[in-house]
Amino acid sequence: MSTAPVEVDIDEIIERYPGKQEYLIFLLQDVQSAFRYIPPEALELICDHTGVPLSQAYSVATFYKSFSLKPKGEHQVKVCLGTACHLKGGERLVDDLERKLKVKAGETTADLLVTLETVNCLGCCALSPVVVVDDDYLAQATSGKLNKKLKSLAAQ
Amino acid sequence: MAETNVAQSFTERRLGSAADLKLYQEELLAQKDPQQAEVIVCYGTGCLAAGAEQVEAALKEALDQAGLDTKVRPLIKTTGCRGFCSRGPLVVIQPEGLFYQKVKASDAEEIVQTTLVEGQPVERLLYQDPQSGEPIPREQDIPFYKKQHRLVLGRIGSVDPTDIRESIAAGAYQALAKVLTGMSPEDVVSEVEKSGLRGRGGAGFPTGRKWRGALKAIEKKGRPVYVVCNGDEGDPGAFMDCMIMEGDPHAVLEGMIIAAYALGSEQGYIYVRHEYPVAIKHLDLAMEQARSLGLLGDNILGSDFCFDLRINRGAGAFVCGESTALFTSIEGLAGEPRPKYVRSVEEGLWGRPTVLNNVESWANVPLIINNGADWFAGIGVPHSTGTKVFSLVGKVNNVGLVEVPMGTSLVEIIEEIGGGVPGGEPFKAVQTGGPSGGCIPYSLKDVPVDYDSLSKVGSMMGSGGMIVMDERDCVVDVARYFLRFLEEESCGKCIPCRLGLTRLREMLDDFSKGKGTEKDVEEIESLGEAIKDGSLCALGGSAPNPVLTTLQYFRDEYLAHINERRCPAGICKELISYQIDQEACTGCRTCARLCPQEAISGEKKKPHTIDQDKCIQCGICLESCNFGAVQVISPALVSQKSQEAAS
Repeated sequence: MSTAPVEVDIDEIIERYPGKQEYLIFLLQDVQSAFRYIPPEALELICDHTGVPLSQAYSVATFYKSFSLKPKGEHQVKVCLGTACHLKGGERLVDDLERKLKVKAGETTADLLVTLETVNCLGCCALSPVVVVDDDYLAQATSGKLNKKLKSLAAQ
Repeated sequence: MAETNVAQSFTERRLGSAADLKLYQEELLAQKDPQQAEVIVCYGTGCLAAGAEQVEAALKEALDQAGLDTKVRPLIKTTGCRGFCSRGPLVVIQPEGLFYQKVKASDAEEIVQTTLVEGQPVERLLYQDPQSGEPIPREQDIPFYKKQHRLVLGRIGSVDPTDIRESIAAGAYQALAKVLTGMSPEDVVSEVEKSGLRGRGGAGFPTGRKWRGALKAIEKKGRPVYVVCNGDEGDPGAFMDCMIMEGDPHAVLEGMIIAAYALGSEQGYIYVRHEYPVAIKHLDLAMEQARSLGLLGDNILGSDFCFDLRINRGAGAFVCGESTALFTSIEGLAGEPRPKYVRSVEEGLWGRPTVLNNVESWANVPLIINNGADWFAGIGVPHSTGTKVFSLVGKVNNVGLVEVPMGTSLVEIIEEIGGGVPGGEPFKAVQTGGPSGGCIPYSLKDVPVDYDSLSKVGSMMGSGGMIVMDERDCVVDVARYFLRFLEEESCGKCIPCRLGLTRLREMLDDFSKGKGTEKDVEEIESLGEAIKDGSLCALGGSAPNPVLTTLQYFRDEYLAHINERRCPAGICKELISYQIDQEACTGCRTCARLCPQEAISGEKKKPHTIDQDKCIQCGICLESCNFGAVQVISPALVSQKSQEAAS
């Protein structure tokens, strides 16, 4: 998660796929995971490579939820809002985190430390409600557990 | 999973014929020492999240420390999901089949010493029968597993999915060999038709008929024809496809290769939801290993038949689980559905004949070929044959994946396999079919779970999520939840779906605040029908189901919200108050410390009280109280502030 985005070579990513429309989503995915967002210049390079008009690439980049045109935080806090997590208070955890981080779900804190997101089911319903911080699963998450976790992120 | 580079060791070997595969399987089986103990650590998502990796590492270390004779050194193996997620992390010791649950890293030494060295079970890690309290040592005797019929999940939990040799030893690709050596494409299609297999993704379209349709389309339009796997499992609360892709990717590949042979397809695609990175990894590895052995790619098993596969990762759009949206997404566009005047078997991916089936459907194909259509049709009920995997979640004791014959009743699944609702009360409702499905009340508990019976009661099979609700779950809130989900996921192409869902959700928002009239209830019903009629794809076409079924079965609960400003389940924020039971409160101050509003006051070790003027009903006090002292009351208490404002 904390890999420095600047070291990624955008040309290397582009060369991974043939220049065809069907690889547009592959390219956006690789750029997203390398930079944690899709920088405008990368979008233009992808369009040059695939021959897809910028307007259409923009439509694709904004249609799918995993793409972001704005930089994301260093850490990702994802609250699961699958049905099981919803029944066990997932919504309450989103409210709580929004209060604590002073951002709305989908937003990033001003210091670019944390992005708060919601997801629809991570497939570990036995642990509901679940919050995933980077790759760490908080099972049966509570306000108290989140306090501790957020503190440790700030201290890193 | 095991980080050995398995693929590398295969480079020498290429299976040149079906007989060669059989030989290879025998070789692999002969290499196994039946005396050798196996320590199996479940690497399903639930167990991993609960710490399975740490358990595996600790077991390895404890084994090293114990310095057992290398000849009998037990093998540590990681597998896909065993299904009993609420008991994870799970560890099973073979050949005895000892089942250890809720294992911690600190238990590793004792497991090695007591079980592997001394041959005794570690009693405290065994599952206890909830009624008698007696320990049940072996997996197959546990009620959760006993009533199941695990066919599709058969290999999951016993093979390491990252090593193709394990799957081959357990019988993978034998159906492919059978097809290539003795069955014509026509034989394959009629076998699948005869089996009665219906699509496991939700709609239940007969798989064989779909393949037949594609054959007819090819007659007209010629090839290429594509074979596609829908692994975009989007229903919240459903994760069986994920566990199949993670735990037995070869079953999915084999099913697709068989269909490709029957249809003469050379290229297939697997579309996987991006939230499933492990599934993608395992499929990728499985494809690589299958290619290197000659089971995928050019000249499969030495024949003229060539077929290859590619994985497309989803990018976070629920609607891409819809067939035409999925094709559009593979083509590299925004995943908007297309009209289906012409079926996708005729005009699917890139306008070509295409067969799209769901993960679980594909995994059933090798079973049908191996055991015959009659065998398969003998399981389940007429018109819904075979088994179905469900993810049993929510307010139920045994949360996990279960596989049962079609036609098993709801109550058997929830109470006998699932162990009922915590606390022992009957369940209030069960939600099946995800956002397109409905809520089935307890009074219909005996309804058999098959495609037609579920449709009859207003719900649907869907992909197999089964969410159990108890008396503390509010149906208005659940209906709102699904509407909000679909409102967000609607691609926006059809106006009835895009605007209608928003309007429905707004009306339910009002209900949850105690606003609205009985006339609104009627309006919901008519708007719901309009959305169903006016939407192009199944997302909109089924979107009002959760609202309509809850209205059908729980109308009184809706009316309590609007007529009495009361939420009987105590969920809808604006209709409830929190209050501290003065008898039960110990004055531990936990809630007071966590309350974001500083609304809770009281002396240490004396009962506390909540200031209703400050309270925002966030529920943190309720969640944090260890003494059950926080009560929810509805209708809400009238706070002093609002009393003053009124006067």
